[in-house]
This record gives sequence, C-alpha cells and structure tokens, in this order.
Amino acid sequence: MLEIAISVLIIIGAAFTFIGSLGLARLGDFYTRLHGPTKATTLGVGALLIASVIHFSTTGQGVSLHEVLVTIFLFITAPVSAHLLAKTALHLRVGSLAPTPPRAEAAAAAKAQRDD
Amino acid sequence: MLHRLLPHPLLTVTLALTWLLLVNSLTPGQALIGLILGWAIPVFTRRFWPERVRIARPWWLVFFLIKVLWDILVANVAVAVLIVGGQRFARPAFVAVPLELRTELAIGILANTISLTPGTVSAWLSPDRKLLMVHGLRVNDPDALVQEIKTRYERPLVDIFEPPC
Repeated sequence: MLEIAISVLIIIGAAFTFIGSLGLARLGDFYTRLHGPTKATTLGVGALLIASVIHFSTTGQGVSLHEVLVTIFLFITAPVSAHLLAKTALHLRVGSLAPTPPRAEAAAAAKAQRDD
Repeated sequence: MLHRLLPHPLLTVTLALTWLLLVNSLTPGQALIGLILGWAIPVFTRRFWPERVRIARPWWLVFFLIKVLWDILVANVAVAVLIVGGQRFARPAFVAVPLELRTELAIGILANTISLTPGTVSAWLSPDRKLLMVHGLRVNDPDALVQEIKTRYERPLVDIFEPPC
C-alpha cells in the first residue's frame, strides 16, 4: 500500500519534471520558456521529495525531514534565478512574443516623475 | 543592550530550525548547537541586515503560506496543460504592478510568490521599488491580472509585515 503511494508520487514527480523540461524546449520565446522550469519543476521535485520523506520515515532510522529543507531552498532559489534571467533578457532586449515594455527603465522613471 | 546581543530574534529561530533540519535530529545537543549558531551568525553578520524584520501577524503568514502552496499546485497543473496542449492558448504579455509594499523582505516574498503561482514570472523591479514588471503566460485582461495580484498576494503581505499603525 505504502509502496504504491510512493510509486505514484515518484511517477507524478517525474511526469511534471519532464513536462517542465518539455516546456523549455517547446514554448515560443525566451520569457515563456522561463515558465516551464520555474513551475512544473517545483511540483515535480516536490512530489519526489514527499515520496522520499515517506520512504525514509517508514524504513528504519526514524522521521526524515531533510527534504523539507530542500523544498524550502528550491522555492526560494527558483524564482530568484528566473527573475535574474528575465531581468537580464529585458536589459539585452531579447526577442519576445509579447510586446516588451518600451525601455522598462525609462518607463519607470517617467512614471516616478509623474508621481512626484 | 538586548538589541546588541540579539539583533534579529526571528533570524536566530530560523537558523536554529534550519540547523536541526540539516542534521536531521532533535537531540538537546544539536538544539544547543543550533541556538549557538543562530545567535552567532546574526551578531557577526549584522551589517548585512540593515532592516529589523517585524512580523505583525504571524498566524496570517501561516494562512498565506497555505494559500500559496495551494496556488502553486494549481499553477503547476495549469502550466503543464498549457505546455502539453500546445501554444495556441498562450497569450504572453508584460504587466506593470504598482507596489504598496516598502520593506525589502515583503517585496522579495511577493516577487517569489508571483514567480511560483499561475502563469506569471516577476521580471523586473524598478530601482525606486515602486513598480514590479510581471510576465504572464496567458494574459487575457492585463488590468484584471494586476488587480488579482494586488488583492490576492500583496494585500495579505501588507497586513502581515506593514500594518497601518
């Protein structure tokens, strides 16, 4: 019973990780490609880690909660790297399907001046 | 005096808990080491933490985290469907979210939340921290998206970190 649950979790995790990677290859432009790895992968790794917690907590050496830490670090670092990549892409004017904000910096500066 | 000895109580607790998770045990000895690390690291890295973090309503933060976890689950399924189902549904767009939040930690949490939830990635923060540029994967109505981000994620964070006095 427990093994079935673990297996299902591992399959779900693998499927989502695969879909995330597929998105990286299939989606149209740089910015939409960022969406695949930031989201699909978090759930994929999340499911794998839950499976790991269940497996190691039920086979011997007591409760294992290492994995919680992995999850937290992943949830903190994945968006940060996505943000940095997107910011760099905006700075370099990477081609995009969506109209990029016309010179993001200039737009913000103009808005700030209007607000003052 | 207390402020000098214990500059960031919350950071101390967080570091101690992180240590316990790292060593994966709950013995008193490890708890003690965790507390010592949690005390020493903030004291020696004081200059990196100019702001004193204040959480006005800790319980709301728990509810917020549960809500975000649920949204992450939904977001994953939605994005997965979009990737598998083909790009014809994708309607990418940039939207600008004007920020009410002022503290660095709160803005950071908001940007992280946006990146982890349905079809949006935070892409750029204006230098004056008043504008957050968000890239959406499937934007039918940009104004509605901005409103949703503001009411669903920013409002609770304002209540948690910067309640009006």
